[in-house]
Amino acid sequence: MRKLIIRNGRVIDPATRLDAIRDVLIENGKIAGIGEKLHVTGAEKFDATGLIVAPGFIDMHVHLREPGFEYAETIESGSKAAAAGGFTSICCMPNTSPVNDNATVTSYIIERAERHAIVNVFPIGAITKSSAGEELASIGSMVQAGIVAISDDGRPVMNARVMRRAMETARSFGIPVIDHCEDLHLSAGGDMHEGVESVRLGLRGIPAASEDVMVARDILLAQLTGARFHVAHISSRHSVEMVAFAKSRGFSVSSEATPHHFALSDGKMPPYDSNYKMKPPLRSDCDVGSVTNGIISGAIDAIATDHAPHPGSEKMQEFEKCPFGVIGLETAIGLALEKLVHPGKISLARMVELFTTGPARVLNLNRGNLASGAPGDITILDTERAWTYDVNKSASKSRNSPFDGHIFRGGPVATIVNGRIVWTAERQDADAVTAN
Amino acid sequence: MPGGLLGIESLDRVEIETILDRAKNFQPRQSQNQRDVLRGRMIVNLFFEASTRTRTSFEIAAKRLGADAISITASGSSVDKGESLVDTLNTLGAMHPDAIVMRHSASGAPHFLARHLPTPIINAGDGTHEHPTQALLDARTILDRRPTLEGLRVAIIGDIAHSRVARSNMYLLSKFGADIVLCGPASLLPVELQQIASGVTLTHDIKEALRDADVIMMLRVQLERQHESAFSSGEYFRFYGLGLEHMSLASPDAIVMHPGPINRGREISSEVADSQRSVILNQVENGIAVRMAVLERVLSN
Repeated sequence: MRKLIIRNGRVIDPATRLDAIRDVLIENGKIAGIGEKLHVTGAEKFDATGLIVAPGFIDMHVHLREPGFEYAETIESGSKAAAAGGFTSICCMPNTSPVNDNATVTSYIIERAERHAIVNVFPIGAITKSSAGEELASIGSMVQAGIVAISDDGRPVMNARVMRRAMETARSFGIPVIDHCEDLHLSAGGDMHEGVESVRLGLRGIPAASEDVMVARDILLAQLTGARFHVAHISSRHSVEMVAFAKSRGFSVSSEATPHHFALSDGKMPPYDSNYKMKPPLRSDCDVGSVTNGIISGAIDAIATDHAPHPGSEKMQEFEKCPFGVIGLETAIGLALEKLVHPGKISLARMVELFTTGPARVLNLNRGNLASGAPGDITILDTERAWTYDVNKSASKSRNSPFDGHIFRGGPVATIVNGRIVWTAERQDADAVTAN
Repeated sequence: MPGGLLGIESLDRVEIETILDRAKNFQPRQSQNQRDVLRGRMIVNLFFEASTRTRTSFEIAAKRLGADAISITASGSSVDKGESLVDTLNTLGAMHPDAIVMRHSASGAPHFLARHLPTPIINAGDGTHEHPTQALLDARTILDRRPTLEGLRVAIIGDIAHSRVARSNMYLLSKFGADIVLCGPASLLPVELQQIASGVTLTHDIKEALRDADVIMMLRVQLERQHESAFSSGEYFRFYGLGLEHMSLASPDAIVMHPGPINRGREISSEVADSQRSVILNQVENGIAVRMAVLERVLSN
């Protein structure tokens, strides 16, 4: 019998509202007990004195680029970046090549993940074939193969009738529809948020309205179909307000925010730095305030990174030529602590919720809690540890982060997946010293 | 300016005045021999976008100062063969020119390169962002006729949204206390323009813009930069073109400027372009003088 005992940490489990110094015992990959000074023999020990012990963090929005774009990221490298960021589970978006629009691709991803990933990987299937926005993908078969949601992330469904059918299908199979809300006609050609900064820099704008009109459409379609609708990477004031409104009316609507959308605004971009180019774009300070308020109020259910690796050769171009997206797995917790917890905007327990029960509830995953018998996924944090993000040492294959060189206060120190310690900060630091 | 000249926005008044004063010395260009100033220095003119007047102007400016000027245009070069911007510039950088004069259709392209290359870069127009030497030559042209920019009412009319000339002029004129009226249809005149420089007002009515104007800057209709029809082109001249009949609204000694090349009958009538009020050819002359001053200043450090 394989045992791991995590001693003397401050255990925060939002599912049971536990917040106390406890020991956590994992046996054969499952949570076996939580208590004070547990008497255990023959177990591997982890001393968590002074540390936070939380259910394993879930990132419900990640791009792993495999199959098809292995030069940017693989399931293996992405999973290592996830572990280094304190995540025990990640959900990968279907915009690979081929697109994950059928059970064969879904099974391929799951098999590759079983063999090479060091964290749990849950695929998200496409809404339409090739994410072309026209014909529905084989959604039922993909659900049977293991997808946890559908989304045409990056190539959103423009046709409202197709979206309606997708929602009805998703409802039939009990999964949510995740929409990257963007009216592609309104945003066409844009490179950054439309506002004072885009006008100043002479860059074409992506108006907040291009996000808002689709959030509005999808909320109405969710009401029409009874489907569960989840807004990916919400970034604008009106979108947050509409989600809050929909929730107050009892619609099945949820949303996620990325760390960069609550940590950065359009004015923070060094001129034409492509590591600040993503979709939705960094918006105004006012929008950043609304996203933060949504996190505080509960309009936003989860923090997700939208980890989007791109190789340097693609990012080292004219701003308007570069692809959209930044990596984010390794900096998410540090940013949540810095922007939300340390300034007192949310409690540590609320932060844990946003990374655990929040996404687990949206996706109906039996993860993100420390119930007896639950998977032995644990994220251990040190809220005070000072560390510097060096993107050149990232476990990801890509380097496109706006936070290179950023000094953080607090972050993950150990990641435990199904009872195994897959990453520790200590080991990473030791490896860095050896490499030097 | 050891790092080059990327834009007007980041320059201070003293720097601008220094260039404008120095440009005055280069104005009687045939009479003065300045060929020792930059003798033996090498300047690469790298034009990724078609340009006749700016490229020629920089070439002449460099040659008048005794520098060796080499011009490269994108078509027919390695850029045509798919080379990336960074690779092109690294290649040129390895040949150790003293400065690179660069025009590019992407906003920020010179700023991006300036971060990765030690060679000073002079921005000869980047996308819809800035065209700093144009604003400097425009200021020189105005100051040849007016004692100061302060308090002047300057109307800039046309496709402001896509105009790097408008942005650079706004930054420069604003630093010297001019009143700037921007005029165009709403689709070409984002309201945020008012917030990027002080002393700026917006109007959609050309008559309002021209009222008591001391300087009228007409912009070229930038058909190549509009990605869709933002205004009916058939109606453009009727509502935003400058005709002789408008001139009575402006101040009696108002001057008419245009960065060129002009589209006669599209944004400006031939009668105005060829009138006594027009200083369009003076702008071209001053282009060389100002660019000599800029090259000298960038390369003298």
